Amino acid sequence: MFPARYWREIPQRYRLEAGKCKGCGKICFPPRLICPKCGNREFEKIKLSDEGVIKTYTVIRVAPSQFSGQSPYAVGIVELDGGVSITTQIVDVPLDSIKLGQRVKIEFRRIQQDGDAGILCYGYKCVPAA
Amino acid sequence: MREVAVIGVGLSEWGELWRKPLRDIFVEAALAAIGDAGVDKIDSMYVGCMTSGLFAGQEHLASIMSDYLGRSGIPATRVESACASGGVAFRQGLIDVASGMNDVVLVGGVEKMTDVSGDGATYALATAADQEYEVYHGVTFPGLYAMVAHEHMARFGTTREQLAHVAVKNHRHGAMNPRAQYPYEITVDAVLKSVLVADPLRVLDCSPITDGAAAVVICPLDMARKISKKPIVRVAGSGHSTDSIALHDRKDLSEFAATKWAAERAYKMAGVGPSDIQFAEVHDCFTIAEICVIEALGFVKRGEGGKAAESGLTALGGKIPVNTSGGLKSKGHPVGATGVAQIVELTEQLRGESGKRQVKGAKRGLAQNMGGTGGSTVVHILEVA
Repeated sequence: MFPARYWREIPQRYRLEAGKCKGCGKICFPPRLICPKCGNREFEKIKLSDEGVIKTYTVIRVAPSQFSGQSPYAVGIVELDGGVSITTQIVDVPLDSIKLGQRVKIEFRRIQQDGDAGILCYGYKCVPAA
Repeated sequence: MREVAVIGVGLSEWGELWRKPLRDIFVEAALAAIGDAGVDKIDSMYVGCMTSGLFAGQEHLASIMSDYLGRSGIPATRVESACASGGVAFRQGLIDVASGMNDVVLVGGVEKMTDVSGDGATYALATAADQEYEVYHGVTFPGLYAMVAHEHMARFGTTREQLAHVAVKNHRHGAMNPRAQYPYEITVDAVLKSVLVADPLRVLDCSPITDGAAAVVICPLDMARKISKKPIVRVAGSGHSTDSIALHDRKDLSEFAATKWAAERAYKMAGVGPSDIQFAEVHDCFTIAEICVIEALGFVKRGEGGKAAESGLTALGGKIPVNTSGGLKSKGHPVGATGVAQIVELTEQLRGESGKRQVKGAKRGLAQNMGGTGGSTVVHILEVA
């Protein structure tokens, strides 16, 4: 992971910052310059909801090298309250107990690391809602 | 717009070609296509390739390929659209000829994938997904299609066995294709007992890593009638569409909308509908992909794709044979070559040259090639002229 590439996504990865279109209200995550729904170019900065439901998921058993130490692990698509869907790991739960439609909440976690000398990368993962 | 015909087709050897360099693999297929066409001039060429930079450290592909083909000086263009690179390259060649800009155009596709480790290949292929918002979180390509499968199974009752039947059917077809990378039959039981890659997908649900190239020569239909000594195959329809590359941005996680839109455009151009298609080559990079794609193409109703391979509908001898070549699953999937290789299979079927796997009375076929998890799709309809 190149540091600049990591650094510039920090507002999204650490704080779930999104753009809400001032024209039609569509929430874009990550923020965009042009609203895909109405074409408007003005946005208000908002924070996404940190709770939602699992729409689908899988358990990755053959992982990329940065994740091989975590394998097997669950990754899902979670629809956050407010309508934005994200791809995220599902953690702190037995892999065979994950269900579609299950409520989850977002937590700040370490995501991956670049070998022995590389940077540590942080961001969001989801855990079962209390 | 001029009508366009396919007058020559060719494949290189496909497999783990450690002794052959990328450029020679391409030239092997190109020479086969040029020889099949019986032409000695090429006005321009297109090269479909997803990521020779990551697989072989080589970019600037169009120029090196035209040089090694002995055609240095002609206009040559490399086309990239992830796993749809080959199909999109074919469409660019089609537009080139149809517009009147050039007459005889070579379209090739190539990928050399086995020089890197499995990890390197996973990384290279994952560049077709959203790096920052999918891949960053540890998802792989099998993982993305596994999530599509999980959703389709939960919503429509598609079964694990039905997924396996897609692989079994395509291997049965591939066993009749001497050029397939894995030309042998497998069983449902073997699929269900193979190693889990990303639940519910197992290794025998996945297409392989392949070195290989495919090429075709196209020209105006009028010219084809004068110079070609083989049955003439015309391009009746072409459709191309895009969608978000991040799966999570789709409203419907198991509908490939870009395939639906590309197919609508191709059907409209050809003046036909799904029921007029006799056979098809579709992008079965994973078993679930074929299921969702035949739904999007309108061959079966939404949600009924799972039953098609199981019931024999999409097998040779069935109502609409799908992936008579063996598909990506058995024939192999050198990503940039795949879309062009589909045109090769269609053309040979329409000429009646497919041997044991020949579709009887084949007059019209469809090819569907897609990139990533359906972020790009191109559909072509070919007919006997």
